[in-house]
Amino acid sequence: MDAPTIDTRPSLGTAARSAGGEAGPVKIRTRDVSVFYGDKQALNSVSLDMADRAVTALIGPSGCGKSTFLRCINRMNDTIQGARVDGVIELDGEDINVRSVDPVALRARVGMVFQRPNPFPKSIFENVAYGPRIHGLTSSRSELQDVVEQALRRAGLWNEVADRLEQSGSSLSGGQQQRLVIARAIAVDPEVILMDEPCSALDPIATARIEELIDELRQQYCIVIVTHSMAQAARVSQQTAFFHMGQIVEIGRTDDLFTNPKEQRTLDYITGRFG
Amino acid sequence: MTGLILILLAGFSVAIFLLARNRLVRAAATGPGRLHSRPKYHAAHAAIWAAVPALLVLFILAVAGPQIVTTITWADLPSEAPTMEPFRSQFQYDAEALARGGTASAVTYSEGQLQALNAHAARIESLSGRIRLGGLAAVVLAAGIGGLYAWSRARPDFRARNAVEGWIGGLLLACSAVAVLTTLGIVMSLLWESLRFFQTVSPLEFLTGTHWSPQIAIRADQVGSSGGFGAVPLFVGTFLIMMIAMLTAAPIGLMAAIYLAEYASSLQRAWIKPMLEVLAGIPTVVYGFFAALTVGPAFRSAFNGLGGLLVGGPFNDLGLYLMGVQNQMALVAGIVMGIMLIPFVSSLSDDIVNAVPQSLRDGSYAMGATRSETIKRVVLPAALPGVAGAMLLAVSRAIGETMIVTMAAGLQARITANPLESVTTVTVQIVTLLTGDQEFDSPKTLSAFGLGLTLFVVTLALNVIALRIVQHYREQYD
Amino acid sequence: MTDRPDIRAAVARRLQQRHAAERRFRLYGMVAIGVAMAFLALLLGRIIEQGHSAFVTHSITLDVPIDAARIDPAYPQGANYDQMVATALAARLNADIQNPEVARDLRDLLSPDMGFQILSRVREDPSLIGQTVTVEAPVGDSADLFFKGEIDRATPQDQRVLSDRQIGWLDQIEAQGLVRAHFNWGLFTRSDSTQPETAGLLGAIVGSALMLMVTALLSIPIGVMAAVYLEEFAPKNRLTETIEININNLAAVPSIIYGLLGLAVFIGWMGLPRSSPLVGGIVLSLMAMPTVIIATRASLKAVPPSIRDAALALGASRTQTVFAHVLPLALPGVMTGAIISMAHALGETAPLLMIGMVSFVPGVPESIVSASSALPTQIFIWENAAEAAFHERTAAAILVLLVFMVIMNAVAIVLRRRLERRW
Repeated sequence: MDAPTIDTRPSLGTAARSAGGEAGPVKIRTRDVSVFYGDKQALNSVSLDMADRAVTALIGPSGCGKSTFLRCINRMNDTIQGARVDGVIELDGEDINVRSVDPVALRARVGMVFQRPNPFPKSIFENVAYGPRIHGLTSSRSELQDVVEQALRRAGLWNEVADRLEQSGSSLSGGQQQRLVIARAIAVDPEVILMDEPCSALDPIATARIEELIDELRQQYCIVIVTHSMAQAARVSQQTAFFHMGQIVEIGRTDDLFTNPKEQRTLDYITGRFG
Repeated sequence: MTGLILILLAGFSVAIFLLARNRLVRAAATGPGRLHSRPKYHAAHAAIWAAVPALLVLFILAVAGPQIVTTITWADLPSEAPTMEPFRSQFQYDAEALARGGTASAVTYSEGQLQALNAHAARIESLSGRIRLGGLAAVVLAAGIGGLYAWSRARPDFRARNAVEGWIGGLLLACSAVAVLTTLGIVMSLLWESLRFFQTVSPLEFLTGTHWSPQIAIRADQVGSSGGFGAVPLFVGTFLIMMIAMLTAAPIGLMAAIYLAEYASSLQRAWIKPMLEVLAGIPTVVYGFFAALTVGPAFRSAFNGLGGLLVGGPFNDLGLYLMGVQNQMALVAGIVMGIMLIPFVSSLSDDIVNAVPQSLRDGSYAMGATRSETIKRVVLPAALPGVAGAMLLAVSRAIGETMIVTMAAGLQARITANPLESVTTVTVQIVTLLTGDQEFDSPKTLSAFGLGLTLFVVTLALNVIALRIVQHYREQYD
Repeated sequence: MTDRPDIRAAVARRLQQRHAAERRFRLYGMVAIGVAMAFLALLLGRIIEQGHSAFVTHSITLDVPIDAARIDPAYPQGANYDQMVATALAARLNADIQNPEVARDLRDLLSPDMGFQILSRVREDPSLIGQTVTVEAPVGDSADLFFKGEIDRATPQDQRVLSDRQIGWLDQIEAQGLVRAHFNWGLFTRSDSTQPETAGLLGAIVGSALMLMVTALLSIPIGVMAAVYLEEFAPKNRLTETIEININNLAAVPSIIYGLLGLAVFIGWMGLPRSSPLVGGIVLSLMAMPTVIIATRASLKAVPPSIRDAALALGASRTQTVFAHVLPLALPGVMTGAIISMAHALGETAPLLMIGMVSFVPGVPESIVSASSALPTQIFIWENAAEAAFHERTAAAILVLLVFMVIMNAVAIVLRRRLERRW
């Protein structure tokens, strides 16, 4: 199925909050992506384009393959024994779903934030410095400190932790930990940020802060977010894809999808008939 | 005699069992619903009450009886008995042996002493006989009372099943208490014998003295003993061998565990894990044999050969030394012990590394880290407390190990850090002291208990700390 | 922040050395496993190499005239049968039996067993005195080693255990066809002996069997009952916690301490017989109990709570639920754990040394209260023996022990596979 063209008009619903800015060109293009875990097929021929400087939301009931699809984009399915990923996944026009592409280098360009905050058992500073360290991005301590400070500022966490950078990452609250993890991800200045239900373990206030942050970050990154909450998808994303049983059912501008879905299944899901 | 009593008692219980059951079956025949519990419970209840009190009395008699006899007759020793320990106790011991119908020890007594010995033995025998008779009466009485009580309760409205289940619960609790009793037994027996040892040798000398030469006076009238009970050389030897063992086992065991947990495919795991289990299941006496007859000679000829090459050159002295190295060296015992510990360390570390949540690994991979970077920077630091606990447990195992060191290390008590020397350990000395000719209650054999107490305390401390650390670590991630 | 292309370049620069480090690390892991496997192979290989020859032995057949002049019919055991046998051998070899050195060297090639056999035959049938009997008995231990090729003719005579003359005789004996090689049944039908050629494992095997019986009868019921209590009945209070801590600690106490406990309490205080399977069994059961408890608890935990709930809902009491429903379902795991604990107990040596099983015990133990030896202690005793022939026997004894343990573990695993239920 041909991927529909992407509508880059800003969503109506987010006009009040959005810092605005037009979405960029297509950053990630996937064609006929299928994923098999052993004999089980988790994803069936998914084709979807995601724009740069925009947020694409993936919605659908549990177990329908959203997270599996997300994990294809940074080749995380490679870490699962017996997993097979077919299809084309292009990042800036270059297929990354081939053996010649090194996942280690890829993941410096595509960052990921997980459902439950997973800071390393290290200090706040060391958590954020992890990426730059292993990739050898800085050559001096002061340079590293600058990178860490910038990342924490961008994640909106600097003011809260500037005076306690040596404390353990796990000493922060849930919301702060998730922002720490986001800071960790952006410390290597990736091009794409993948988020797998980043707010599902957080309280409403922390969730709101993260959503604000996503809105700011989208000015610089291509963001793909899996979410269970349709309200959240409506709030933060410009484009939404509805997954069901391992396939994409419908893709569209977020507002259009939620107010006037073209498929019956989409309508049923949105109105709470199932899922 | 005891056997006969037990058989009679069993018969009595069975009889009560059947009587009670019949009584209740007849009661049940007048209509169901009148009985609280099925007849089998009533019967069981009756049998329990018939047997258990009597058994208890029998048990107390068997345990306390000889003690009572000993205490009473000990206070009444004839004047010809030796006055000095340990020969005085030996006299009593021999009289008891004679009374049992056995033979006295090889100690030479004078004519007068022999006569007194026989008379004393006769007294012991008659006292034992009277106690046995009294005990028998007590057993019969207990059985009778128990049986009567049981019979009185054999009524339809009696909650027999609950009573029986109460007994079962008590039995289960008693079985669990065996564990506590064992610990108590260990502590008490070690303390008891050690205290007797520490009456002769001061604990300070024992723990800080550096001369270990456990000999005591041979004849009763030999004044003073030439010997030393300073255990420091033993502690040093134990420590040296333990270090060598840990230096061997820790890196190999930990790396093996990491490979199994992080790299191995399930096919590889399916082969490697059982092989490690086999290595773990080999008895330590086999390792000792291997150390003594294969590794020892091999190392010796290797060092001798190396020494031969060095002689005549700039390292002449070292060469001469190496040529004189013998089979029994700490290095051999340490390395073989390390081999034995590899599967232990590996299996503990495997559990610990696996307990690190996958979310941490995923976070690291998602950052673009390789597997080894993830392991070195995230997994191992996270697993560190658990690994430390595992290493402590391995250290405790190494310290308490007996067979490998007995067969491969030596008997030379010396303070050295040289792994090519022959050293001895606490466990080897315990074995040597208690498997030589047994003298009754001498400080020599008692010192083995002193060593045992020290060993127990140290390994207990290590184990408690290690288990606490591992438990705390597990709770973090569960 | 630096531009993205710079970052990508920096990442690319490092990639090669990072992947190389990854490969090295993975290699270390494989090497570690390889080293462990190599040790295992080396250990087993050496023991098989040293022990396999002990399963074969050589026996010599001689016609021995029983010299009536040397025997007092009223006291046949007083005669020197070894000398008679040596005389018979000397006759076949044309050696001068009168020369005391010759006589000694000849006797050295034979086993006292031949003389014992003749004595027992004479006792049974005194009419044999003055006649010639045909006897087959093992050759002496050095002669046995020679026939197996273990003694090198090339080493100088004073470093060899057999002299040139003796070797010459052995060649003659072989040439005359008096010797045959056969499976060493004696290893399994005889008990310990000071002579290697007649030393066997029967006493040790029976001793170990009796001991394991006592261990199983004590540790399995008590251990299972304790586990049932802790898992199903115990309230969460201090007493229970104390018991659990105790069990975990007991599992880690060095085995020699249990030996000291046995020596002090069971032999010293209770006066039970030293070196008996009874005491050995009690001590081993105390050692095995914590592992039985831990294994049983794991099996009980694996039974889903729904089973218990269903039984209770039907009106069964707690006790009935546990014994009639939960325990039977947990039985495969319990049995597996029990068998593996017994296999472990079979190999324990140190505590048995403490309770006296380090002395020479000829013959087979008659009951659990008679002095006995056990397989692991027999290995220890033989390892300390001076004669070279005991080396191969020690290794063979180890192989026998390992085979028993492998069988027990295999039974446990097969049982688990067969009876396991997947919830």
